[in-house]
Amino acid sequence: MKVKVTVNGVAYERDVEPRTLLAFFLREDCGLTGTHVGCDTSSCGCCVVVLDGDRPVKSCTMFAVQADGHEIRTVEGLAEGAALHPLQQAFWDQHGLQCGFCTPGMLLTAYTLLKHNPRPTEAEIREGLAGNLCRCTGYQNIVKSVQQAAGAV
Amino acid sequence: MIPAAFEYLRASSVDEAVAHLQQHGGDARVLAGGQSLIPAMRFRLARPGVLVDINNVRELNYLRTNNGAVEIGATARDADVERAPWIADRRWTLLRDASRVVADPVVRQMGTVVGSLCHNDPAGDWPAVALASRADVVVRGRDGARTIPIDGFLVDSYTTAVGDGEMAIAVRFKSPDTRTAGSYQKIERKVGDFATAAAAVQISLKADGTVHEAGIALSAAGSCAVRVEAAERLLVGREVTPELIRAAADAASEKSAPQADLRGSVDYKKHLAGVLVARGLRQAMARLGG
Repeated sequence: MKVKVTVNGVAYERDVEPRTLLAFFLREDCGLTGTHVGCDTSSCGCCVVVLDGDRPVKSCTMFAVQADGHEIRTVEGLAEGAALHPLQQAFWDQHGLQCGFCTPGMLLTAYTLLKHNPRPTEAEIREGLAGNLCRCTGYQNIVKSVQQAAGAV
Repeated sequence: MIPAAFEYLRASSVDEAVAHLQQHGGDARVLAGGQSLIPAMRFRLARPGVLVDINNVRELNYLRTNNGAVEIGATARDADVERAPWIADRRWTLLRDASRVVADPVVRQMGTVVGSLCHNDPAGDWPAVALASRADVVVRGRDGARTIPIDGFLVDSYTTAVGDGEMAIAVRFKSPDTRTAGSYQKIERKVGDFATAAAAVQISLKADGTVHEAGIALSAAGSCAVRVEAAERLLVGREVTPELIRAAADAASEKSAPQADLRGSVDYKKHLAGVLVARGLRQAMARLGG
């Protein structure tokens, strides 16, 4: 089945099986491996991408055919050339990652959180990131990173 | 884990979706938010031969208020409910509480209320909420629409009154009396986990302070969400006192018939059912200023 999507501003047209999950479509058909697959069961949030500008979705729990005609942003679409996105810079500055596996999902969920709520409280940040798991940091520095970015975005 | 192959049909209207479902019968499933169906397909617990995607059916993507009642279309997301302006009203506090604890914030961007009712997971949130607020589900088939009271809609684990060739298109929550408040109480090990136990409570008071209507339902307390009729009967016509709350809680513990699992033993979960009903009643009363 033909799927046409715009990912990070680039149009992709691919022929896929309906059962192809969006996460694998992005990784294998578009070659964008920044989207990680962690738990495979919509629990961990490593696969979060942004649908149509402001909606975070777990791309392991959506079929690529459902994204037909839609616009997606992955972690590869955050930086502008060599300039890191303020959220990426904040994760760098605040040590918001250790192994980095959850980071793409954290960044994109935080990105949509700040779009809807540019000045979130700490509680709102923790609540907003509750669908994203990190097994390294204990979340403290991730929260600090989003707080830094909220001042800069 | 990749789902088994299926035929994908994208509907652009309810009529078209129903026509697909009529043609493929029990082999077809409706794809709305997919937040339960897709994981089930990945585990091969579900292997539908045909998926009818209703995400492009614009006529189902709505939250509608009408004379104080609320109707939620089949593709309205949990996150839409969470952000709806009417949810701030005290009369909708049961729905408000629940809308904030379904799954996790990202899953709520896709997950739907109607889909949760159709999935009828024994530990789901919306089935208990719909029971406590005595909602109706609108189901469309070849011969038009029928409205099914929630008690008849929820049949058993993962089973509803929706027949082959039919689909649920909306859920209707009746207009609550002015002096109505509710509460949804859920214990979960972590955000996104299924409930260890949960209780949905909604009460309406008469001018004299006695209970006019009471809705009490439990999740994770049996093969599917259950209404605690004994607790409702105790409450109606009486003033809510600490003793009455204790009696309603005891009735809930007795009604609860959970399964032991990693989240807790049968005794623990039965105990929690009572604790959560008591907390829910106290919070609803506090919201009513009592």
